[in-house]
Amino acid sequence: MSFLQWATSPWGQSVPIHIAWTLIWIAVIAGFCFMVMHALYLIIVKPPKRFAEQKSEAAAAGVPDRVPRHTLVARLFHWVMASSMLALLITAFLPKIGVQFNWVVYHWIAGLVLTASVLFHIVHASFFLDFWSIWPDKTDLVDAKNRVLRFFGKDAPPPSKFAKYPLENKLYHGAVMIAGLAVIVTGLFMMKRVETGILVRNPYLFSDMTWGMMYVLHGLAGVGFIALTIMHVYMGLRPEKLPITKSMIFGWMSRDFYLEEHDTARWAVKSTPPDTNRGLAANDGD
Amino acid sequence: MAVIRDVMPAFDLLQPSSAAEAQQLLEQNGADAWVMAGGLDSFDWLKDRIKKPKVLVDLSGVDELRGIRANEAGVEIGAMTTLTEIANHPEIKKNYGVLADAVSVVASPQIRNQGTLGGNISQDVRCWYYRGGWPCYRAGGNLCYADTPVGRNREHAIFGANRCVAVHPSDSVPALIVLDAKLVVQTAKGERVVDAEDYFVGPEIDITRINMLRPGDLLTAIRIPNTWAGAKFYFEKVRDRNVWDFPLMNVASAIKLSGGGSIDAIRLAVNAASPRPMRLKAVEDAVRGKPANAETGEMAGKMAVAGAVPLQFNAYKIPLMRNLVKRSIVGVQPPQQARNGLAGGPGGQEAA
Repeated sequence: MSFLQWATSPWGQSVPIHIAWTLIWIAVIAGFCFMVMHALYLIIVKPPKRFAEQKSEAAAAGVPDRVPRHTLVARLFHWVMASSMLALLITAFLPKIGVQFNWVVYHWIAGLVLTASVLFHIVHASFFLDFWSIWPDKTDLVDAKNRVLRFFGKDAPPPSKFAKYPLENKLYHGAVMIAGLAVIVTGLFMMKRVETGILVRNPYLFSDMTWGMMYVLHGLAGVGFIALTIMHVYMGLRPEKLPITKSMIFGWMSRDFYLEEHDTARWAVKSTPPDTNRGLAANDGD
Repeated sequence: MAVIRDVMPAFDLLQPSSAAEAQQLLEQNGADAWVMAGGLDSFDWLKDRIKKPKVLVDLSGVDELRGIRANEAGVEIGAMTTLTEIANHPEIKKNYGVLADAVSVVASPQIRNQGTLGGNISQDVRCWYYRGGWPCYRAGGNLCYADTPVGRNREHAIFGANRCVAVHPSDSVPALIVLDAKLVVQTAKGERVVDAEDYFVGPEIDITRINMLRPGDLLTAIRIPNTWAGAKFYFEKVRDRNVWDFPLMNVASAIKLSGGGSIDAIRLAVNAASPRPMRLKAVEDAVRGKPANAETGEMAGKMAVAGAVPLQFNAYKIPLMRNLVKRSIVGVQPPQQARNGLAGGPGGQEAA
């Protein structure tokens, strides 16, 4: 089975034109396999709670009932980006599986919304939030190693609690960032191939081979997003993750969940003057 | 790419003797099957080895798909009826003359003897990049070669382009649209009847298909209601050569005039201007109640071309369409009644 579709250019050159659309179903299957395997693991293996109940009274003393996690702006970004991503997936892949509609215009408009939201996010996260909170640090890597060793029954120290984001979250963010940048950059160039009324159309911008690779990269990142989206929605709906999901809606998580899952030293919640509406200023890293 | 000519790829030839059998064979073979009516579109594809079906379902032996049957509701034309039969049929000539006019200017006499109405309706676009086997959008690729700065696009679309700029090439379809014809399609789920104008699919919806037929579907008949029987008709085709050529554009109108010469009812369609045949509903609404004269025709023509977007080499199609629409309204009147009448008649010499 070929993962790419090839064609012969007018100059007799064999060029890729896009991915094989069977990859759509492979991505769907991969996403659902992850979901089923993860659910079965939790049901059958019943792993112990990750972190022992060890709430330090000292640490808990200054923590309010509602721990702010995501600012309104960060939440708005998340949902705008999610909406545009969903629109992009629907407009990209439904026509490929037989649901025909006028998709091109909606697709590039959704792509522009995604691009704008990601540009905003880069600036916002770089200058107004704790930029490094979403990137894996040394503690994450040591903990990951220990968690793997313990999974296989080896002796290893218990992992420390998470900072603001669990390592899985950070890795997911990394995957979304790579796939997202790939679809955005290639998508912006692809807008030069269709009439949008925004850019002057120029199909000769690149060679057939370069255009073909661009379509392939766009498609690969696109089908990657199918699997990533399935995983994300599944994890967001899991009961033990609901406090995190709710925090992306309401902006805060409960004091108990904060203390149970998070290292107060790695993600410090600081009191702020009462005249700021936020009550508390978390180390935002959204 | 089309490098081998006149040697068709191997396929299984299936020759059903009934429409039900044909539909069943098409359904069984799905996307591997190619349905052939008169063969005038099919053989190009096959000899150029651009389409390589595993199975070819030849409808030439299905007699029930042939013939013209008049009834109380109008007339039913089998999809395999030849264009010559239709052009010469007395009932068609008497009551649905626009269709007789349209099919009598399709290609050449030899082609009209072999070509069928179903085939003429369902034929694929004639863009040479696409038919030459280039990996364009319509062929599943990622570029329209005609819509490039140096692409040869003189014959292409001024409306409705969406990545693909090829036009629908049929002469019979505008006539069928103005006659409010219904197309009968046999599908795996049973019979489906659609208005002629809804049979076609634009590239914005599905760039790889030109009509609603899916694998397993079979166009069996064209039903023309008697709603427009005996109305005033106009058909004109403009082409580079007056024999054996596809339209640069064509126009058809069906008009019912009041005693005073104003337009009581009208249907107006243009083809080869867009990837799918265009019914000009807005123009119809605008001219209804107005006299069928040069002034109305002028207004209709200007309205018809509003929003046209020419390509590099086909801007001439805008005045062409404007004048054809004008003539399709004025042309239904006897010359003495059409005030400020037209200088030229059907034939297209002055249309552009």
